[in-house]
Amino acid sequence: MNKILLIIKREFLSRVQKRSFLLLTIGLPVLIGGLYALIIYFAVKSNNKIVINVADNAHFFRDSLPSNDENISFVFAKNQPIDSAETLSKNSENTGLIVIQQNADILKDGVEIMLSKKIGYVDKEKVRSALEARLKQMKLASIVTDTAILHQLQSPAKVSFVNYTDTKDGVKNTEDKSDIATGVGFASGFLIYIVLLVYGMMVLRGVMEEKVNRIAEVIISSVKPFQLMMGKIIGIGLVGLLQFLIWIVLTIFLKVLVPMFFAKSDSGAAASIHSAMSAISDINFALIIPVFLIYFLGGYFLYASLFAAIGSTVSDGQQDLQGLQLPVTLPIIFGFVIMTQAINNPTSGLSVFGSIFPLTSPVVMIARVTQGIPDAVSYPELIISIVLLFATFLFTTWFAGKIYRTGILMYGKKTTWKELMKWALRKS
Amino acid sequence: MPLLELVHLKKYYDSHKAVDDISFQINEGNIFGLLGPNGAGKTTLLRMITGIFYPDEGEVILDGKKFDPLNDIQKIGYMPEERGLYKKMKIGEQALYLAQLKGLSRNDAMQKIKYWFERLDMQSWWNKKVEDLSKGMGQKLQFVTTVLHQPKLIILDEPFSGLDPVNANLIKDEIYNLSKSGSTIIFSTHRMEQVEEICDHIVLINLGKKILDGSVKDVKQLHKENLYNLSLKDNIEAIGNTDIFDIQNKTPEKIILKIKENYSNNDVLKYFIDRNIEIEHFSEILPSLNDIFIQLVHGTNSVTRSFQNN
Repeated sequence: MNKILLIIKREFLSRVQKRSFLLLTIGLPVLIGGLYALIIYFAVKSNNKIVINVADNAHFFRDSLPSNDENISFVFAKNQPIDSAETLSKNSENTGLIVIQQNADILKDGVEIMLSKKIGYVDKEKVRSALEARLKQMKLASIVTDTAILHQLQSPAKVSFVNYTDTKDGVKNTEDKSDIATGVGFASGFLIYIVLLVYGMMVLRGVMEEKVNRIAEVIISSVKPFQLMMGKIIGIGLVGLLQFLIWIVLTIFLKVLVPMFFAKSDSGAAASIHSAMSAISDINFALIIPVFLIYFLGGYFLYASLFAAIGSTVSDGQQDLQGLQLPVTLPIIFGFVIMTQAINNPTSGLSVFGSIFPLTSPVVMIARVTQGIPDAVSYPELIISIVLLFATFLFTTWFAGKIYRTGILMYGKKTTWKELMKWALRKS
Repeated sequence: MPLLELVHLKKYYDSHKAVDDISFQINEGNIFGLLGPNGAGKTTLLRMITGIFYPDEGEVILDGKKFDPLNDIQKIGYMPEERGLYKKMKIGEQALYLAQLKGLSRNDAMQKIKYWFERLDMQSWWNKKVEDLSKGMGQKLQFVTTVLHQPKLIILDEPFSGLDPVNANLIKDEIYNLSKSGSTIIFSTHRMEQVEEICDHIVLINLGKKILDGSVKDVKQLHKENLYNLSLKDNIEAIGNTDIFDIQNKTPEKIILKIKENYSNNDVLKYFIDRNIEIEHFSEILPSLNDIFIQLVHGTNSVTRSFQNN
């Protein structure tokens, strides 16, 4: 036991003490976060202001044309003759002009926008929808004269999704939080997917390095092969856990910091960030974090032991690695594909299968769990999935240990699947 | 009392018998040579002695007790033929790690590393990485990590490969020292001249079976062919085959002759003395281990087997 601790310590420290560890742990999220922040910043703060002059001689809009986008605005030019409105529009910075003839009929005639600059498709659609909404309103107003009826007609129909089981203090919770849950589910599933691949490969490379450097036999004359394998797997797993810990601390830090930063700027962005933050707070992290850790550990041990077995069979260089590596990485990728389905449709047959089948469940189940228990995942499903995952991880560790024991001392020959089976089934 | 005793050790693989019923014993303080062609089963045998493999049948008895891989590992220092080090790890840390894996406490390990590093003039290496060392330097470090924990039994598989003559001599002297201070050494190689020089006792295995066992002197005696070197003052031309000996080879300087059965050295000498031929030189030709090795192994299908093994 003492020896396995020594191995864990070496595997852990030799990775954590590297400069690249801190760089990767802190740099990667900052890089990704920074990239997204930049994209959002440019999307929100695009200084591409669109101002459209409106010469509304028929009084279609009644001097009001609201727009949902702060970059798009309409300026009413009162009682302007058409020619002077056109010249004015051309000489100004403004983007376009709408001219409505005095004798136009709101029920029959359309609206034409003359543009002096090109504008993008998205902006065009925004201008169109703003105009259409207002026109529709005005058309109704021109037909219906009773203001009470008009008011009723114009009030939007309310549609909301309510779950039978989703109640807060006995009252049905009408708030639809599935969008943000989908986001968190995808992020968690994606994280596990990446972790399985990255740390799995790290284990594989570590084992391969030991074998190719010919140190394996030196070590194995002091410790059992299984101890060496498990020491490596646990050591690298701890590196992963530490990385998560750093990320969680960073996230909490950001969560405190971001609202403070946006509070100073007055824009609507602050409000939207605020609402996103509160929606995130609504997600049951007390449930999701333990489930995440269970699936991270289970999935990691399952795949790391398989990767270790594969690494032990490589004798020199990388050539013979590909054929053996693919069958191990494939289920992880399948898991990811099923996960992208599961976030949209958490109760479909494929999602349920993917979240119970132990080779894909680490990636798929977490995405379903974020959508809520027991709405998206029933407790029996969760329990069966966890039990199966851990049973499989015990099996693969045992199985990998047998392959590893033989493989780590074999040199010179390319290993086939048939031989691997033979090694695994051979009695000690 | 033997330190190590192998009793009917067997290890069979699917396609062949790697070690097929081998027994021998090694006395305490001996330098023991384990010889054999490639694929003879040497490595498998050593791996069973070090507890890496379990024998299918038979027993390994270390220090009078049945070998217990968990606790006896500390009594053994094994330098395998396939050896190496962590390239990115610092030399000092690496030695410390390997010593601790053998069961030494940190302080204990530290002391011993300092002693050995000083002894082999390696103090300045502590903070270097293995990738900065030459192959020979790495080999020296490997040797230190093998003997650091003062094992009773030291197993060295081809310890001199990659070493220059100076360092090879250095290591050879250390091997003698260790043997003098009571360690038993198993030395596995196919370099026969080294075996002849260093080993007290040898075992030759081929195709998984023991085919020779004895002290270097006894083995040579056993395989001698009664050949003698003879130089005469003059008249070499006139000497031919006689009832006592056959001439094997004749040059103007010397004769190689083979004494026939039932005759002794003195009969040969008497033959020349009677004829009043003056003898300048007369000595027995003992076969080298190399000759014995080739003679015993030649003709078996060991080459084919070594190919299969890999």
